[in-house]
Amino acid sequence: MSMLALSYYNYWVVIVLMMIGFYVVIAQGNLVKKIIGLNIFQTSVFIFYISVGKVEEGSAPILAEGIDVYSNPLPHVLILTAIVVGIATTAVALALVIRIKQAYGTVEEQEIQIRDQQC
Amino acid sequence: MLSHLPILQVILPFLAAPLCLILRKARVAWLFALLVSVAALAISALLLRQVYATGTISYALGGWDAPWGIEYRIDLLNAYVLLIVSAISAVVMLGAHTSVRHEIAETKQTLFYALYLLCFSGLLGIVATGDAFNVFVFLEISSLSTYTLIALGRDRRALWAAYQYLIMGTIGATFLLIGIGFLYMMTGTLNMHDLSVRLEAVESTRTVMAAFAFIVVGTCLKLALFPLHLWLPNAYAYAPSMVTAFIAATATKVAVYVLLRFLFTVFGARFSFELHPLAEILIPLAIIGLLSASTVSISQPKVKRMLAYSSVAQIGYIVLGIAMGTALGLTAALLHIFNHALMKGALFMALGAVVYRMGGSDISNFRGLARTMPLTFWAFVIGGLSLIGVPMTVGFVSKWYLILAAIELGWWPVVIVILVGSMLAVIYIGRVVEAGWFGEAENPTRREAPWSLLVPVWLLIAANIYFGLDTRLTVGVAESAAAYLMGAGVSP
Repeated sequence: MSMLALSYYNYWVVIVLMMIGFYVVIAQGNLVKKIIGLNIFQTSVFIFYISVGKVEEGSAPILAEGIDVYSNPLPHVLILTAIVVGIATTAVALALVIRIKQAYGTVEEQEIQIRDQQC
Repeated sequence: MLSHLPILQVILPFLAAPLCLILRKARVAWLFALLVSVAALAISALLLRQVYATGTISYALGGWDAPWGIEYRIDLLNAYVLLIVSAISAVVMLGAHTSVRHEIAETKQTLFYALYLLCFSGLLGIVATGDAFNVFVFLEISSLSTYTLIALGRDRRALWAAYQYLIMGTIGATFLLIGIGFLYMMTGTLNMHDLSVRLEAVESTRTVMAAFAFIVVGTCLKLALFPLHLWLPNAYAYAPSMVTAFIAATATKVAVYVLLRFLFTVFGARFSFELHPLAEILIPLAIIGLLSASTVSISQPKVKRMLAYSSVAQIGYIVLGIAMGTALGLTAALLHIFNHALMKGALFMALGAVVYRMGGSDISNFRGLARTMPLTFWAFVIGGLSLIGVPMTVGFVSKWYLILAAIELGWWPVVIVILVGSMLAVIYIGRVVEAGWFGEAENPTRREAPWSLLVPVWLLIAANIYFGLDTRLTVGVAESAAAYLMGAGVSP
């Protein structure tokens, strides 16, 4: 049993990170902290993709003499795209938070809701 | 040239988007965006004709054949959804200049057109591609531009709505990404067609089941199925009028398309409905969604928000049709995708005209509208009748097919639910019509909306009536697409 848990340790890392990120997104009232949570959540998926591409005994996917087992480079390429998407999302989210701060004067979820109800 | 239509459909608005920024002048950018939308509409019409004539079109991007390269695969279903999206975009663009000039700051108008085209190309890309990972990329292109478009709303609550949508939308898209990762892990391919063939060998593994769950939940977040609809009402209510008209008519429909594509093409109808209890989960959610959202919309003081809740309810009808798992139910769902795009497009455009003249979309702004703005008012009434499902409008056609599908299965309670949903629509549309007809106008000197807004509104209303009477095109396409989807899981 413990062998099983250890040999899949990359998935445990992914699951733990994912849950931390998800929890932060849900539980935090601060808008910037929510974005940080979202980033952790996305990063866990990146790690998942990257670790899936690993082939046992495989070398880095660069052609070289004397090596015939390579790791799968495709998930890495895919996740490069996803990382770019993640950065774009973070940028848009932070820009929105700046605008929210200007418009409401706060970045706390509860206070925004209170101010919305007042008007 | 004709053989490159699948990629032209997506790349044209995609390249046009940054060009808008160079044009600087808002009017020029608008003309350009309109031109691109009309060109996209022409391309999608050609594509549909080509699919009818020669069958499924496969386009290898960059000359790399599938499954190694990215494949754009246009079958009847895509061609149909592409046509809906580009037709709505062309009509919305027609009226956009008048409304945008009024609602968005002058410095941001060219930006609006750039973002709009980007969102448009993202939606087209999701539909055109035959590659699962490509769906995720285009989904994020369209979503990111949608968040920004919503944030252009005048009310500061638009910012908050955009932020909430961003958080939920990103979680949904990431779920989809996880699901696609699982599928790649098990099959080593990302091509949807290839996936459908290879999945059969591993369909009983837990990894594929997890992939299925992640993809369904992720797309349901995007299409705003109850209880994952929380982002939708505020996003629609506070976005600029033209943005609401566009995304209400297209974005959720495209998400429904993604769901259909994964359920029927990638996993196959047998996997989704026979091996897994998907129907047992989706049907209660769809029913609760359509009843609760319709009920909530009755008490909304803001008409725009009321229509937003009504959109959640209409998604309930569509998902209900899909979850029946029969060809007839699927036909009804596909019809409602088209028809709901027409009616919500028309209603939100009419609302845009009201906002233009009255400065708001509260129910009080509708008082006396029948006398001050009769053309807008009657457009709203006919659009509302279509939403209710009165005969001779498109709303009737899809509700009729949905009821037929329910009767075919012998689900009488579901038939009653559909009828009750229509009754609730009578109440919430009736409230607005009552205010417009019997209410006293606060300012009786208000004039009719300008022609540039009335023409697109009435174009959509005319389509509402035309496709309500002449159902050959819509029902024909929907029936063949449904038959194709039901068979797709069996034959390779």
